[in-house]
Amino acid sequence: MIELIVADRCTDCGACVEVCPANVLDQGDAGLPVLVRVEDCQTCFMCELYCRADAIYVAPDCDRRVAVSPEEVVASGCLGQYRKHSGWDEWADRFPNEQWLMDVVFRRATAAASEEAKSGPHAGAEENQLPK
Amino acid sequence: MTSSSLEDLSITTDVLIVGGGMAGAWAATSAAQAGAKVVLADKGYCGTSGVTATAGPGHWWVPPNPPEARDIAVANRVAAGLGLGEAEWMYRIIDQTWRTLPTLARHYAFGIDEAGRVNYRAVRGPEYMRALRHHVLSLGVTILDHSPVLELLARSDGSIGGARGLRRREGGRLFQVNAGAVILAAGGTSFLSHLLGSGTNTGDGYLMAAEAGAEMSGMEFTAVYTIAPAHSTMTRSMAYSFATYYGADGHELDLPKMGPDLTVSLARALQRGPVYCSLNRMPDDIKARLHTISPNVPLVFDRWGIDPYRDRFEVTLHNDGTIRGVGGVRVHDADCATSVSGLFVAGDNASREKVAGAVTGGGNVNSAWALSSGVLAGRAAARLARGTQRDGTHLRPLGRAGLRPRRQPKAVDAAAARSGVRAEMHPFEKTLFRTEAGLKASSLVLEDLWAELADHAHTGTLAVRETAALLATARWSVATATTRRESRGIHRREDFPLQDSGFAVRLLSGGLDQAWVRIDETSTNARPGQFEAAS
Ligand SMILES: Cc1cc2nc3c(=O)[nH]c(=O)nc-3n(C[C@H](O)[C@H](O)[C@H](O)COP(=O)(O)OP(=O)(O)OC[C@H]3O[C@@H](n4cnc5c(N)ncnc54)[C@H](O)[C@@H]3O)c2cc1C
Ligand code: SF4
Ligand code: SF4
Repeated sequence: MIELIVADRCTDCGACVEVCPANVLDQGDAGLPVLVRVEDCQTCFMCELYCRADAIYVAPDCDRRVAVSPEEVVASGCLGQYRKHSGWDEWADRFPNEQWLMDVVFRRATAAASEEAKSGPHAGAEENQLPK
Repeated sequence: MTSSSLEDLSITTDVLIVGGGMAGAWAATSAAQAGAKVVLADKGYCGTSGVTATAGPGHWWVPPNPPEARDIAVANRVAAGLGLGEAEWMYRIIDQTWRTLPTLARHYAFGIDEAGRVNYRAVRGPEYMRALRHHVLSLGVTILDHSPVLELLARSDGSIGGARGLRRREGGRLFQVNAGAVILAAGGTSFLSHLLGSGTNTGDGYLMAAEAGAEMSGMEFTAVYTIAPAHSTMTRSMAYSFATYYGADGHELDLPKMGPDLTVSLARALQRGPVYCSLNRMPDDIKARLHTISPNVPLVFDRWGIDPYRDRFEVTLHNDGTIRGVGGVRVHDADCATSVSGLFVAGDNASREKVAGAVTGGGNVNSAWALSSGVLAGRAAARLARGTQRDGTHLRPLGRAGLRPRRQPKAVDAAAARSGVRAEMHPFEKTLFRTEAGLKASSLVLEDLWAELADHAHTGTLAVRETAALLATARWSVATATTRRESRGIHRREDFPLQDSGFAVRLLSGGLDQAWVRIDETSTNARPGQFEAAS
């Protein structure tokens, strides 16, 4: 669930408020977005992806709150990681969208599985079929 | 209804689309390209809401050459569908996908493979939905974000002439759209499991369709589950093709590597105790690129300080419900019309039985269906709207449970009802390993919750309507699963473990006060004598 917005990074652009599918945030009176309905957060990381200031931290935990401090998350290097690896904005040249490799990966996985079915510990496991 | 101090917003248009995932967005493009004025309303934000946006939808992609390729693909799929699919529909969506998907190239940078060919098949969700939003806007479509639709509106002849909802970022201000035709593309439902991206999909489109008089098909096929690291939403399964599993005592578990057999074996293992996993068999070259293939997969591990290739982390299964299951509103004809005049349906909101049969269409068929049904519905709705009256004054609101109680209005605990739905629809022993006794028990619980809500809930808030939709959907699912006294595809009955050739038929369901189930007489091999009336 979304745990915090690092105040001194936020440029108050409003993007997270607009794109959050679950309507978790409101524009606060002091400018900064406020996490008003955290219990509705669906842990989809979309707000992070759209935050160009890398100010949002969504914990992967979807069924429990975790206590984190701004200092910790800034130090962790996780802020902005999703946007960077997705090759959005300034990262476009360095992190290409390689989703198309999925086909190759699944082919490799199927080959590996059938190889093992022939010889390895899972011999005879004819379930090792991709549901294609 | 929710009261509001702000003046209601009223819009008149040719085509209204409810839901802005890939199905709704493709419907919007095709209706607009057919010359219609289009309004698209999404509960959240068209671009990030729904399961398309968080996934990586791989489309069923079979080019027309060599000619036998499609015949082979369809023949395999017909066989996999165990008697419930239709070859004609499969050819239709393969061809539609092949024609339509490349038209997004202005807004989506399709990948180029090792041989320099464009790869259209596999697209990444956030970028795909961002591109579709741009595409839709460039065609002049009006998008209403944060505007959940709560109920449909009917003309005096019963045909659908619009819908009503609320603008949740404008203090719950009401809005009404008067339309020549309406397309429901509000997604499927996971019954609020933690399936990635499914939080806004509460089956609203099913409930609204039923209130208009449409029927569902294939609602028994909800027993799909997807693996994720425990306590996370990350139901993306690719990496698990390279997994090794361990029990709590540290011993390796001999589980299949993927597919429905993995689900069953893993569920049985999870019934015994916690299961741990390591992705230790993933080849190094794939590890090195996982973050640029599926960037949201490794971020979970990174944040938890887990090295998934060496460490063992706990895993769970999240229910997919109708999302990677099958059921939804029955498609009446090749235009994706429902049985109700003026009402069309697309994507997970529609039953996918005709293309997926009795098994999941995950990995290819689902997104080809969402795209194609969207395009077909959009085109047909635009055509219909051209000749229809659009006078909002005589529209009758159709919403019932949660809006217009059957009895004395009073407070109803919607949160408790939602917990009740989860408790009946998620546990393995109730959905994956079904029995007559278990289904009967679920039915009793759900009927009580439904009666309470339909009798008394009156506030018309989004939460109450969502709860009504979840309950209605769960009731149809349980009733249909009770009627199908056999095991077929993803519907597994512990008390009827074999497939019964007499059941090679599709089952329709519906009803609000009373849930009903009957055979779809248009599906093949119907032998009505085998069925008992649904309770
Ligand atoms: C993790 C995951 C991976 C997947 N991978 C694949 C794959 O590789 N290949 C494949 O073929 N399929 C895949 N699928 C399935 C595929 O993603 C779906 O079938 C497809 O995206 C459905 O599109 P949709 O537009 O019908 O639904 P969605 O994208 O879910 O859109 C529904 C929209 O309706 C909106 N809505 C809901 N209620 C209302 C309301 N009352 N008013 C207004 N709006 C409303 C929601 O906010 C949402 O935006 C995957 C699914 C998941 C969950
Ligand atoms: S998107 Fe980021 S910068 Fe913009 S308001 Fe939200 S937290 Fe602040
Ligand atoms: S993770 Fe998703 S649901 Fe949660 S606040 Fe961010 S955008 Fe909203």
